[in-house]
Amino acid sequence: MTRRADLAAAEALGLTAEEYAKICEIQGGEPTYVELAIYSLMWSEHCSYKHSRPVLGRFPTSGPRILQGPGENAGVIDVGDGWAVAMKVESHNHPSAVEPFQGAATGVGGIVRDIFTMGARPCVSLDSLRFGELSEPRQRFLLDGVVGGIAHYGNCLGIPTVGGEIYFEPSYEGNCLVNAMSAGLIRADDIVRAVAAGVGNHVVLIGSKTGRDGIGGASVLASQEFDETLEEKRPSVQVGDPFTEKKLIEACLELLNDHHVVSMQDLGAAGLTSSSSEMASKGFVGLDIHADRVPLREADMEPWEIMISESQERMLAIVEPAKLETVQGICERWDLDCTVIGEVTDTKMLRIHWHGEVVGDIPARRLADESPVIRTPSVKPDYLVDEPVAVDDASYPPPKDLGAALAELLAAPNIASKRWAWEQYDYIVQANTVQIPGSDAAVLRIKGTGRGIAFANDCNGRHCYLDPYRGAKAAVAEAARNLSCAGALPVAVTDCLNFGNPEKGEIYWQFEQAVEGIAEACEALDTPVVSGNVSFYNESFGQAIYPTPMIGMLGIYDDVDIHLDGAFKDEGDVIVLLGPPAGFVDGSEYQKVHYGRVEGRVPDVDLALEVRLQAAVREAVARRLLKSAHDCAEGGLAVALAESAIASGAPGGAQWTDPAAAKPERSGRWLGADVTIGAVERPDLALFGEAPSRVVVTCAPGDLEAVHALAGDLPFAVLGVVTGESLRCTMGDEELLALPVSELHGVYESLPDRLA
Amino acid sequence: MSSASPQPVRFGVVVFPGSNCDADAHHAISTFPGATVDYLWHKDTDLKGVQAVVLPGGFSYGDYLRCGAIARFSPIMQAVKDFAADGGLVMGICNGFQTLTEAGLLPGALIRNTGLKFVCRYVNLRVENAETPFTRACDEGDVLRIVVKHNEGNYTVDPETLAAMKANGQVVLRYCDADGVPGDAANPNGAVEHIAGICNETRNVFGMMPHPENSVEAALAGGADGRRLFQSIIDTLTVAEVAS
Repeated sequence: MTRRADLAAAEALGLTAEEYAKICEIQGGEPTYVELAIYSLMWSEHCSYKHSRPVLGRFPTSGPRILQGPGENAGVIDVGDGWAVAMKVESHNHPSAVEPFQGAATGVGGIVRDIFTMGARPCVSLDSLRFGELSEPRQRFLLDGVVGGIAHYGNCLGIPTVGGEIYFEPSYEGNCLVNAMSAGLIRADDIVRAVAAGVGNHVVLIGSKTGRDGIGGASVLASQEFDETLEEKRPSVQVGDPFTEKKLIEACLELLNDHHVVSMQDLGAAGLTSSSSEMASKGFVGLDIHADRVPLREADMEPWEIMISESQERMLAIVEPAKLETVQGICERWDLDCTVIGEVTDTKMLRIHWHGEVVGDIPARRLADESPVIRTPSVKPDYLVDEPVAVDDASYPPPKDLGAALAELLAAPNIASKRWAWEQYDYIVQANTVQIPGSDAAVLRIKGTGRGIAFANDCNGRHCYLDPYRGAKAAVAEAARNLSCAGALPVAVTDCLNFGNPEKGEIYWQFEQAVEGIAEACEALDTPVVSGNVSFYNESFGQAIYPTPMIGMLGIYDDVDIHLDGAFKDEGDVIVLLGPPAGFVDGSEYQKVHYGRVEGRVPDVDLALEVRLQAAVREAVARRLLKSAHDCAEGGLAVALAESAIASGAPGGAQWTDPAAAKPERSGRWLGADVTIGAVERPDLALFGEAPSRVVVTCAPGDLEAVHALAGDLPFAVLGVVTGESLRCTMGDEELLALPVSELHGVYESLPDRLA
Repeated sequence: MSSASPQPVRFGVVVFPGSNCDADAHHAISTFPGATVDYLWHKDTDLKGVQAVVLPGGFSYGDYLRCGAIARFSPIMQAVKDFAADGGLVMGICNGFQTLTEAGLLPGALIRNTGLKFVCRYVNLRVENAETPFTRACDEGDVLRIVVKHNEGNYTVDPETLAAMKANGQVVLRYCDADGVPGDAANPNGAVEHIAGICNETRNVFGMMPHPENSVEAALAGGADGRRLFQSIIDTLTVAEVAS
């Protein structure tokens, strides 16, 4: 006899009375336990996007280069010569907060599976991380574990981790963010979609055996706030096995690229349940799953456990009977389990069998399509009810020693070098890396072509807190600016929208505002959103994170040889600030670090100006008029200049600056700068204040006129020249600061010593 | 000596499950006009007539036991041992180096980095012995800039063996600064006497932790200094062929 599940059981699984009633209506009576477990997972926030779906429709998602928009495992973009890039970002915040090493490792594993499920060979990973302040020992533990987990998994797979970002703010203390992004290369003709088809075809499970790990990960971890029961949630975190995943990549790409399977889907959140129901509903077919045929790690598992287990490194494939032997042969060659666990039917039902008994029978499309949609009435948060105004500069007394203020900023964890993190990642494997981490963008070539691709990710959570609309818009603009500085044309976005509890009107307001900001910027910059992920419930003890809509962006090159970094190259080169000269204290790193405050009106991005600025920079890079280009972001103009100087360390730019491995070879000298700013009342704000749409470029003196002509009527200020050894800033006859670059470098790289 | 251009040198790159620099080694070798390259599957037992074998980097069998400790039992390894015993050229890179020490084809062992973390970084390598089939395209004292990426690259060996190795010229590469001076600041993993690469007594088996296959193209971040090691192998085997 199959047991029936009542409302109490439903509520225990996180379903509401309303949702339970809907389930009873679809099922024509009380559901079985297996059915209820499946509904509870598929209708969880994590799987159903019930709070976000109504808002996400605002995004532009199509364009001439977009081959696959949202709705598949990854978005796909045409990058030329028949090549395409599949890309996606996904959060693994909650698992990482519970168990940082495995949480982050399996985050990488999950996003990589999304990429090769499309038939693409994963060629790059990036990770956006957020933690609380490093003065807290637990935050250092989380940071160490997360970076170690990413390294453990990504390095073993042989996928270069070429970039990312790490920020520290108190708001992430109870809820670190781990957003893993991956992209892969595929021939545009070879894209595979995860759709079940062909009545009578086999449903085949490939990869690891199924255990109790990760049971309820999507509903327990990802769809609730954290409280004092955090420790008890550890059994819900999956454990990763990168070795099996590496074999899966090789086997699955062979199966997909040689057309041995009809389609494939990875088993992610909600495991077998989500993969089978999504494949069935997209294909307008039914699937019969024999849960008793699934290879298990633990003998006594119940059918509902088997259906919702989140054991890692598993793939579901639809295989024609005539090709089964070939498929099994390829899996055997890679020492992977390959088990027929069901078949495609014409019933349109997801039917679960258990030793001859039907224990679950669910209409696949209704499970997928009729999940609840919730639009929380949004409410402007209290802290923003009074329209924010720009701060009164007078309440920010200028520092006496601007050089010390610069050193203080360069040492701040949000600005300081992240070399200690990215040196733990293999960023060179696959032999495509043109520009390694530590620069505005990561650049890779596409073998056998002159083409290249570039990636950047960005989000200033503090700006998004002060104004989610402006902050989100600025994140898109900055990601694009980073790519443009490297000379790449920005073409598409994948986003990871990290917010608090969407059942709260204030959080929902932040979410709506951020989506609007992203949408407007993506429209203006012609970068459609092709994939992404929403992570809600990033709250602990009722305290939400800063709204953090992380933007991952792809840029392309017809000729990757033009790529540029931000390092000063030669003495005598002219330094130019492209974009508005004024910087603001509102929401800046300077405000937080020097004054310990977070307030004010963050500047709005002028999208029309941004578009023209980036086009001019790209054109100048393409014509090889520039020697360097660097986005002017956190820490303002002075930090941008200091970073370009520090990156000059030795020939080749940023990659050569490791003091342990190499001495600066250019006559043993660092390159610095001698710059002058226009007369202003607050030189500290000109140096450290922040504003969007600003880029610091250098060029040979002979090219200055051509660069100026390209800039047209864009704000254009010649600041000074690249010199040797020190960074010196003056205003008229007054020296504002003068520091040896070697000293700036020491401060910039000082974080590991201070953490030890 | 014949004026006809010599036959290309035939390389084989072994693929263990978990190898992840096999494709990079294959690609690197394919950039040399004087070479051809095939993959050798770990379950196979013959080397398909190749003239030089590369054991690539990666995480063979996940390296869940000691690195390379399982790979050395792969069926292909018996063929590699026989090949080496006959004087065939074998080059182990990173995980391949670890596997060669586990297999007893090279002395010593590679243990956890002293920093206890994976490290991916450009290092400078001083060529200590240019009289090997793997370094003959270099001069002694040359400095090569090549990337390391490993968690267990800390070379260690007992003092007696080390003394014998030094006497035999088996220490081939050392971590050094840009001026070619070995030292702690340049050593990414704590290896004894800054050793980055060694060969066996007969100099036909060579292992190194850095990845020359990621430094064969100037257009990439890795630079092209690794070419000289592959070129050495090609020169060695081409000369041998012409001479015979």
